[in-house]
Amino acid sequence: MKKSLWLILACVLALSLAVSGCSNSSSSTGKEKDSDGSSAGKGEDSDYVLIYGRGGDSDSLDPAMTTEGESYNVTDSIYETLVQFGKDNTEVEAGLAEKWDISPDATKFTFHLREGVKFHDGTDFNAEAVVKNFQRWSQSKDEAKFAYYPSMFGGFEGDESHVIKEVKAVDEKTVEFTLNRPQAPFLKNLAMSPFAIASPTAFEKGEDSLAKNPVGTGPFKFVSWKPNDIIDLERNEDYWQEGLPKLAGVKFKVIKDNSARLNALIKGELDIIDGLNPSDMGKVEADKNLALYERPSLNTGYLGFNVEKEPFNKKEVRQAISHLVNKEEIIKNFFEGTAQPATNPIPPSVSGYNDAIQDREYDVEKAKELLKKAGLEKGFKMDLWAMPIARPYMPNGQKVAEALQASFKEANIDVNIVTFEWGTYLDKLRAGEASVFMVGWNGDNGDADNFLYTLLDKDTIGSNNYSRYANEEVHKLLIEAQSIADENKRNELYKKAQEIIFDDAPWVPLVHSTPMLAGSSKVQDFVPHPTGSQSFIDVSVSK
Amino acid sequence: MAELASKTPPMLPPQAVEEKAVSPWKEAWKSFKKNKLAIVGLSIVSFFILLAVFADLVAPYEYADVKLEDKHLPPSGDHWFGTDEFGRDIFSRIIYGSRISLWVGFLSVAGSVVVGSFLGIVAGYYGKWIDTIISRIFDIILAFPSILLAIAVVSVLGPSLRNALIAIAIINVPTFGRLVRSRVLSVKEEEYITAAKAIGMTDFRILIHHVLPNSMAPIIVQGTLAIATAIIECAALGFLGLGAQPPTPEWGKMLSDSRIFILEAPWTVLFPGLAIMLTVLGFNLMGDGLRDALDPRMKN
Amino acid sequence: MLSYTLRRISSLIPVLLGMAFIVFFMIRAIPGDPAQLILGQQATKSSIEALNKELGLDRPWHTQFLEYLGGIFQGDLGMSLKTKTPISEEIWPYLAATIELSVVAMIIAIIIGVNAGIISAWFQNSWFDYTAMVLALIGVSMPIFWLGLMEQYIVSLQWDLLPTTGRDNIRDPVEAITHLYLIDTLLNGRVDQFIEVIRHLILPGIALGTIPMAIIARMTRSSMLEVMRSDYIRTARAKGMKMFWVVYKHSLKNAMIPVVTVIGLQTGLLLGGAILTETIFGWPGIGTYIYEAISYRDYPVIQSGILVIATIFVLINLVVDLLYAAIDPRIKYK
Repeated sequence: MKKSLWLILACVLALSLAVSGCSNSSSSTGKEKDSDGSSAGKGEDSDYVLIYGRGGDSDSLDPAMTTEGESYNVTDSIYETLVQFGKDNTEVEAGLAEKWDISPDATKFTFHLREGVKFHDGTDFNAEAVVKNFQRWSQSKDEAKFAYYPSMFGGFEGDESHVIKEVKAVDEKTVEFTLNRPQAPFLKNLAMSPFAIASPTAFEKGEDSLAKNPVGTGPFKFVSWKPNDIIDLERNEDYWQEGLPKLAGVKFKVIKDNSARLNALIKGELDIIDGLNPSDMGKVEADKNLALYERPSLNTGYLGFNVEKEPFNKKEVRQAISHLVNKEEIIKNFFEGTAQPATNPIPPSVSGYNDAIQDREYDVEKAKELLKKAGLEKGFKMDLWAMPIARPYMPNGQKVAEALQASFKEANIDVNIVTFEWGTYLDKLRAGEASVFMVGWNGDNGDADNFLYTLLDKDTIGSNNYSRYANEEVHKLLIEAQSIADENKRNELYKKAQEIIFDDAPWVPLVHSTPMLAGSSKVQDFVPHPTGSQSFIDVSVSK
Repeated sequence: MAELASKTPPMLPPQAVEEKAVSPWKEAWKSFKKNKLAIVGLSIVSFFILLAVFADLVAPYEYADVKLEDKHLPPSGDHWFGTDEFGRDIFSRIIYGSRISLWVGFLSVAGSVVVGSFLGIVAGYYGKWIDTIISRIFDIILAFPSILLAIAVVSVLGPSLRNALIAIAIINVPTFGRLVRSRVLSVKEEEYITAAKAIGMTDFRILIHHVLPNSMAPIIVQGTLAIATAIIECAALGFLGLGAQPPTPEWGKMLSDSRIFILEAPWTVLFPGLAIMLTVLGFNLMGDGLRDALDPRMKN
Repeated sequence: MLSYTLRRISSLIPVLLGMAFIVFFMIRAIPGDPAQLILGQQATKSSIEALNKELGLDRPWHTQFLEYLGGIFQGDLGMSLKTKTPISEEIWPYLAATIELSVVAMIIAIIIGVNAGIISAWFQNSWFDYTAMVLALIGVSMPIFWLGLMEQYIVSLQWDLLPTTGRDNIRDPVEAITHLYLIDTLLNGRVDQFIEVIRHLILPGIALGTIPMAIIARMTRSSMLEVMRSDYIRTARAKGMKMFWVVYKHSLKNAMIPVVTVIGLQTGLLLGGAILTETIFGWPGIGTYIYEAISYRDYPVIQSGILVIATIFVLINLVVDLLYAAIDPRIKYK
């Protein structure tokens, strides 16, 4: 049990701090049962309400009905999933299910649920509740509402490609999932925030009721939500893990402007902020009241080509442009080093990453040579689409585009930077209107499928395959990988696919960025998660 | 011109009517020259126009010269106004930026004047339902706070300098439309118009020869002041990311690009703002001076 | 007077209708699919179509417009696509924030502007007059977003005197009753919070108030000069009245007419300027509300937000017109 291990570690840490810090060490043995029932070690403020500053508001507090990270950021504290990701990685761990069995052909998953768990409204958490949640999603057949479910589980109930055949309550504490076909990342999918288990009593009141009145089993309970301003959560006193959470509450405050948010942190109005400008890192490091946090990278920012458009339908041109991108320089100047250059579409932390591939180096002469081969030695004009807003994979797309504009000029390529408002931007990319564009992807579950299939398979043209890249061989590899359960075999397939993709160069993978966060140095045990949200369950604040 | 002056009492100060020999424009220039603030305004405006015209000669660097190793250098002998986060020379960017601001200012106002005058003349001269419709449209456009309407127009057309220019032109149309319309109404019943009609002049010729010249003075005054507003609005749209796109050195865009560096590199924010203010001040002073000189009765 | 009032009000109806019409169609011309935005980067084609259907965006535009108009007459401004809350319910806190800021800006502008104008007129051609008028000229030409940034840089970041953003202290938020925080804090008996709210209002208030302040100062000065030269003021002075009383009682009263007009017009412009000020100072006002809605393609919010501001603008102008008629007996309305 990793959670309890963390708990023990935290207690030991708190204890040792208390022993070393206090002169009267005799009184410092942890008062296990305080009046408020929490096991707060000495020096932890058990009445503390932590305020987390962020750049945008959630759009729904029903995780199944949204696809947006700022919503999961909050719902992850309110709800829990059957299995969950590790504290700082995407390995699957026990969640609401204590343990599970998988049939040899990987089509039957039996989950043994945790005892004594209740939803915030007093409803019991049991096998029936799990079944009702899955029925709610799979039987809705409403993609507008439950957009994530069909994209992760191949459609809704009755669809030919639907992965889940049946969800059955075997007894009070046992749920059995039967699959139509094996799905390698099935457990990882279950651990994703949108598939958190909500109180059936709550959603039976009305489909949309959870969006504004979320009811889960998590460490924090919902109190109030002032749109575009603040969401207020308080400690769940009946939480099933003894002594947790340590905080009396968490508030999520929206401050749109990155520098203003940092200012509020410096002035002590906030405890933790995300979306730190890389250029402000020095300021945070120099301030002894502040601490810097890195969110482990699970993203790729890239420069994509529409392979259907002239002249980018020529492999040479795409490769030539790859040689014109100085990734190191970009990282130095616009990420202040908080990123690593990308070679492949998937980040290195994802299983199946091909580290044998050598990236194309920055080399203007080579680029010119390749352009000559394509008959474009005189250069040409092109539009470069740049993201209008900060994304986790690229805090400032506009500025990177300006840098690219300057370096493409060396091969006589005249770049005109184009941008649209974010929604329109994605819309047009999807429609294939852009020929060269910057965009990126933040992984949802840490699986290679979630990058390669989602972004570069011919099936996803018109959806997330903005390059409109269609390679039969890649397609075969990716589909095969989906239904193989053997990790090593899958990885082989993915490595092969990456080689082909690298040679075809439908993208210039730019960076895998490490989003930076900052917090007050009084905050303890805060660990940002690669998927973009984080747990506040064992975070504490020293007095 | 002299002939015109004798026929067009509305635009002249009373004493000018008596000294028929002097052209009203000369008269106006005389009184403009005496106005110290107006001369200051004229000088500022001329200065920026010269900068814009001779930007290639004056600017020490190219405005889009990216030199990342020179990022955020403070003002010095080499870079008078320092450099921005791409190591570009801010002084040069401001000089090139004057082209953009003046271009948008002049062109958008010219657009509003042309469209506004046309609609104003049509409304005033033909009256009846045409007048009602056009006047109502003017009322409606004027009922929106102008920057809000500009933002809405740009959101429809998409953010770019050209679309910002169009948006600014649209919001200024009613100002000139109303102005010309009221002039048309006041001269329409004048004797010489009736006379012109009697001798068989066409509507069009009457409008071109009599009505339009009559509206020149207030249009020039209003136009100068409108350029000032247009420059601010262009910068505001740029600041909101709805105007000029990179690497165009538009002043408002420069401000919004640099605002996150205000603590590290305050000069990146200081100078573009000063440039906006100074240009706008120039046009405002000039406009005030022109108003006093050309049309004393417009003075509030 | 009554018939004038009625006539004035009835002439507003076509204007308001026209505004609703223009806004409605302009918003629909905005490229970009709201459903795509709501569902985000991960959405599929069919989910987008399904949502469009649910929102009624697939129906013909005239049906949508008529329904929208019908709704307005029942006080229904539509439903926000993002928050899925009726706009009439959620707009007030934003509007209140803007109103509070605008009123404070206007008060700053009037107090400083009128007094600077009077003193300049009183001591015409003195150093004060020159300084004040040069400052006023600069003020009129000020890009307020730049002024706001400079205020933040100097007052807030360098001197650390006033907060940079927001309306209240995040750690100790004001408990909203009317959403006008100056009033709410007093209703809650929280003088400390009242002071905190004022501290948050000063910088954006000055930024937003600068242009009207400059215009009011110039206007007051010139109309004061005119009035002070008039016969009856001369008589009053000749009778030995104290200059102070002459200025503040008699002249000011007469000079106020053009000033009131300017104040009215400027209040309207203030609502527009609020967008820029709010962006810089993170002020949760109607400008922010609309601006956010534009990036989210939240059609109903954009159209209703713009319409609400424009309506307020029109109403303020109406009030100014009527006020004008009321305070100036010389103006006769048929």
